Amino acid sequence: MSSAPLVAFRDVEKSYFPTGKPRFIAVENFTLDVADGEFFCLLGPSGCGKTTVLNMLAGFEAPTSGTIEMDGVAITAPSRDRGVVFQGDDSLYGWLTARENVEFGPRLSGVSAGERREIATRYLELVGMRAQSEKRPHELSGGMKQRTQIARVLANEPKMLLMDEPFAALDAQTRRVLQQELVKIWQATRKSVLFITHDIDEAIILGTRIGVMTAGPAARLKEVIVVDESVGHDRRHPSFMEFFKIIHALIEEEVNKTLLREQDTQSSSVGGTQA
Amino acid sequence: MTATTRDAVNQAVSTPWVSAVLTSPQARSFGTYVFSFFTLFLLWHIMATYIFPSVLFSPPLAVFKKAVELTASGVLLTDIAVSMKRILLGFAIGSALGFPIGLLMGNVRFFRRLFEPYTEFFRFIPAIALLTLAVIWFGIGETSKVFLIVYATIFIVVLNTMAGVISVPGNKIRAAQCLGATRTQIFFLVSLPATVPFILTGMRIAMGNAFMTMVSAEMLGANAGIGQMMWTARLYMQVDDLFVGLLVLGLLGFATDRVFRFLISRFADKYAPAL
Repeated sequence: MSSAPLVAFRDVEKSYFPTGKPRFIAVENFTLDVADGEFFCLLGPSGCGKTTVLNMLAGFEAPTSGTIEMDGVAITAPSRDRGVVFQGDDSLYGWLTARENVEFGPRLSGVSAGERREIATRYLELVGMRAQSEKRPHELSGGMKQRTQIARVLANEPKMLLMDEPFAALDAQTRRVLQQELVKIWQATRKSVLFITHDIDEAIILGTRIGVMTAGPAARLKEVIVVDESVGHDRRHPSFMEFFKIIHALIEEEVNKTLLREQDTQSSSVGGTQA
Repeated sequence: MTATTRDAVNQAVSTPWVSAVLTSPQARSFGTYVFSFFTLFLLWHIMATYIFPSVLFSPPLAVFKKAVELTASGVLLTDIAVSMKRILLGFAIGSALGFPIGLLMGNVRFFRRLFEPYTEFFRFIPAIALLTLAVIWFGIGETSKVFLIVYATIFIVVLNTMAGVISVPGNKIRAAQCLGATRTQIFFLVSLPATVPFILTGMRIAMGNAFMTMVSAEMLGANAGIGQMMWTARLYMQVDDLFVGLLVLGLLGFATDRVFRFLISRFADKYAPAL
């Protein structure tokens, strides 16, 4: 990367201090640069602290040590520069229609009603929601709700999109459709994305780079793989399986480590020695 | 039924607007209500006439006759007006006070800690227990009754409002934060609308308490009102009048709740779709 990165994680650690228990290190030694316009997928076994990384970048949680910067400025609080698409649909406002949800961001910054309407129409169309725009969230399917969330974030024109397993709760068919559409949206807008997932296939389809994390606790970035743009976005490409195999092997290593560790704790509790 | 009348009925039912009226959800729920009330009066009639025939258990027809008499003389309507005025005034003041206190306690932890001892202390002291004190302080007039109804309303509204604010999903607030909302905007555009269903539920429960308190207060000292009417009836062993009082209370409560629900569906439907 020749130019300065959009986002820079430097030696970030996040620990939790539950009362009466030893401290829990969720993430440590996390260092990563994300360039402007990049689609970065963060992939790892469940419970490895992927969401913790996203929450710190969003500004919802502060790192215990290390720094996270955007455009060279340290992140201290949530900001409209970083729009978050959540996994669950409870972030949508049930008393507003899909359109009003999308208009929410511009409304906060005082954009006039007419202009707001224009913006909302544009982004609802982009995510294929034009016909459903006057419905309220409880009338929408799971896929439609996630489309609304994506439109709401895009309408606010953030510098970056943070997506926390947004398709994990959807059925396989809907997930595939939304993955394809997200690729199209990204190609049209070239907005930087940090996308959290535990699905290898999804990461290769979407990402330009894939960061594989080690198993938690004390998770860190294990390896970063660059996906050639001609390979990604297409499951039928001959090299697709190659990427899948490489990443699968990395993940499997981590899953096995966790299993071994669990077996160790079990045997140590009946008198064995801890590894 | 002759062939011609059957034809006429069939024709009427097959006429679009007639069948629409007969099968509309409102018509059906109204029909169910009528049936439900009719069954109640039928059971009451059987009990009072055949199972427990006694001068101390008035059958419905005698009670209706008495109710008509009391209505014609104007006494009953005056009592209803006096009681409803007390309830509505006390309920309005109690809600108007409880609502901001509940919002404050739900949003600001300092105020929650400050006020919680009071709510936890007073909510176990029933309004009736304060009756004597209220009469000593405010006399036998309107002020003591309204005071007690305010007291009975306020804690329920406070606790429900507070619970509503606390249970606003964290993702709704986070979503607003990363769309650039200020604390004030989050309060008015997210927390408040998300709490409306809780506030309305609290008000409906509080209305029931207001009725109870009103009757007790009027029984122990008042110049007019349904409670006073029933207390006087007790002194002279006018059992029919007592039953009229019960009937009127039930119908008034039912009607008040209907009006309340109508107002909610008319003006606040989008905040409480499940009501």
